[in-house]
Amino acid sequence: MIGTGNSVNSITARRRHPLARVAVVTLALGLLGGGYALAGPNGGAADAAIASGKADDVAQGKSLFVAHCASCHGLNAEGTAKAPTLVGVGAAAVDFQVSTGRMPAADAGPQAPRKPRADWADDQAVSDLAAYVQSLGGGPTRPAAEEVDPAKGDPGKGGELFRANCIQCHNFVGAGGALTYGKYAPPLNPATPTQIYEAMVTGPQAMPVFNDSTITPEQKRDMIAYITNVREQTDPGGSGLGRVGPVTEGLVAWVVGLSLLILASIWITAKKRRAKA
Amino acid sequence: MNAPPKAITGPSTFLDDRLGAGSFLKRNLRKIFPDHWSFLLGEIALYSFIILLLTGTFLTFWFKPSMGEVTYFGSYRELYGVRMSEAYQSALHISFDVRGGLLIRQIHHWAALMFVVGMMAHMLRVFFTGAYRKPRELNWLIGVILLTLALLEGLTGYSLPDDLLSGAGLRITEGVMLSIPVIGTYLAFFLFGGEYPGHDVISRFYTIHILLIPGILLALISAHLILMWVQKHTQMAGKDRTERNVVGAPFYPAFMAKSGAFFLFTFGVVALLGTFAQINPIWLFGPYNPANISAGSQPDWYMGFLEGALRIMPPWEINFLDHTLTLSVLIPALVPLGILMTGLALYPFIEQWVTGDRREHHFAERPRNNPHRTSIGISSITFYGILWLLGANDLISANFHIDLYTTTLIGRVVIFVGPAIAYWATYRICIGLQRKDAEVLSHGVESGVIKRMPSGEYIEVHTPAAEDIAEHIRGKHEIPVLESAEDGEGIPPKSARTPLGRLRTKMSAAYGTDHVPLGDGHVHGEHEEAHEDEHAAVGAGEHKQLH
Repeated sequence: MIGTGNSVNSITARRRHPLARVAVVTLALGLLGGGYALAGPNGGAADAAIASGKADDVAQGKSLFVAHCASCHGLNAEGTAKAPTLVGVGAAAVDFQVSTGRMPAADAGPQAPRKPRADWADDQAVSDLAAYVQSLGGGPTRPAAEEVDPAKGDPGKGGELFRANCIQCHNFVGAGGALTYGKYAPPLNPATPTQIYEAMVTGPQAMPVFNDSTITPEQKRDMIAYITNVREQTDPGGSGLGRVGPVTEGLVAWVVGLSLLILASIWITAKKRRAKA
Repeated sequence: MNAPPKAITGPSTFLDDRLGAGSFLKRNLRKIFPDHWSFLLGEIALYSFIILLLTGTFLTFWFKPSMGEVTYFGSYRELYGVRMSEAYQSALHISFDVRGGLLIRQIHHWAALMFVVGMMAHMLRVFFTGAYRKPRELNWLIGVILLTLALLEGLTGYSLPDDLLSGAGLRITEGVMLSIPVIGTYLAFFLFGGEYPGHDVISRFYTIHILLIPGILLALISAHLILMWVQKHTQMAGKDRTERNVVGAPFYPAFMAKSGAFFLFTFGVVALLGTFAQINPIWLFGPYNPANISAGSQPDWYMGFLEGALRIMPPWEINFLDHTLTLSVLIPALVPLGILMTGLALYPFIEQWVTGDRREHHFAERPRNNPHRTSIGISSITFYGILWLLGANDLISANFHIDLYTTTLIGRVVIFVGPAIAYWATYRICIGLQRKDAEVLSHGVESGVIKRMPSGEYIEVHTPAAEDIAEHIRGKHEIPVLESAEDGEGIPPKSARTPLGRLRTKMSAAYGTDHVPLGDGHVHGEHEEAHEDEHAAVGAGEHKQLH
């Protein structure tokens, strides 16, 4: 014990130091807080992100978000008077809005129109941004490729669902239509299968949400199969006249049909019988 | 001349001796028809009708007017395995699996549109030229009935394929019937054989569409043509034309050749449309299901004005003794149609009553020479056109980025203001054109030759109008005005003493008074008058010296 008793004494003495209790409580609180911070819900997402190598995506996404989105949606996506919070909207919503060019919005009209993507918004950037927003509070994720593969869907069944749920706004072939107060249901022709799927699960702008309990993922794939099949078919009857129904047909009857026949009647009656000398 | 071969003379003499056909033909083949392009508009409708009969017969070979439910296993992939009515299935079968079926279906539908287009264009021509005047009022009435029947025929035909769009039209038809007070419910249950949509309506519409209405149409079209034949066609005023003659080409061979060629033209145009322009793509609409409705659900164009009326109507409703009077459906369904059809039917008689004109008329009037009639016509077209346009207000809204409700609000104002503005503008244009006519007669037409007068002033030489043009202009006839002059003691004639009589006298004066008489050339401004003598002095023959 000789040679060490001193130090034992000194340790004991430090233990009895008036500030020792404070130090121990501080250490315990620090360990508990730190441990919770690592093991808690946020920490779990961060762990998952690290585990799947997405931590970089989230960080990248956050910097993109701060640069391009935060002026309206707030620095932490908490929302402002100009735009709603994005906590909980999910990666699907981000992918839909940014990949269709609707976001970042150009101006505050009744509805953000589809437009060419922003310069910075390539697929990787959209993916990073989606990962960041997903990390904030979950929400619908982007569908896997096979979930939106038209070839795997049944267009017959999809057509029935499409007619029951979509065409009252989007028209019978997805040519689009008017809504109230300057809003409109956009044409579905430029939308990719993934975007159609994402629109259904997130309900962008005036559109209602069709979640998985309303329409199952398989049914969504059937609908995508119908929409893409119908828009790709060659109109068997000639020009589709915009595929918007009888309005353009009536226009063609009056403008083309009647004009041609009036020209014919003018031509016929202009031919006079030559008077006999 | 060589005698015809015996093979021809034999049978024809046989027939002639027994039927008297020779003298009948001799008389009628020489019938004279006046030549004007607008006189062929009615033939568009006539020939479209013939095309409709032929193509319609073809379609009946495959169409099954049944609402029995079947599952589709035909060749259109996007509807494979879908449950639908037999009517819709057979319409798909015609479109995809019958050789030439889609073409004939499309020609049938385009011909239907052109049938009503032709009828309306023809009707407007007859209206604006006053060709409905005595003795042709009855033929005009037949025409109005034909138009009404054509609308019904279109409605029933549109409903037959039992696709989603036709079902939407049928649903509106049911709604209109239900809105009729007291008997509406009974009527709807009678037509549909019970609760909508029931199982009967397609087969009932089928009988109406292919038998009842075409039969009546055929009979009335024949009557229309026979009356026209007997009463002779009206003609435009011109050289050597009087109320007692018709100047033109004989039926055989000239008019027959022209008319036959025009049939081929009509058929050609309808066939072109049927080939290159897709119409009523029922496979895209899907089978009818009362729970579904599509954006852009519109009727065929001739029903569009009713659709528009329905769309701009405010949601008015009266509840009275536990009964609901749905004015928001009843008014748009019945009032515009009632105004237009009743107005059309009564117009010849109202005009006669206003003008007191009981004479026969065989000249087609120029629209400008009866400015009030022309204004009434254009005003009605505006009324119809605005309703028609608003029948497509969702497409206008979507394509021109106008708020949907804004189109409705604008429509509610314009439907009243528009016809009034159109009336005023048309009246001014007619008067302006009459002034131009008077000027052409009194001063001649501009020759493009500028002449310097001895005084140093420049004038343009006018040459007298060509003879045919001048005759055409002189064909203007005065519109009679009711005698309203008070007698020596300041008492108006007996007929003009009642309020109605006074109104009639006033209307007559407004309708008939000629504000721009052609006269002898004294209806021009001072400036022109000053050169009257010089114009006369510079004869048509002096042009050459000036070149």
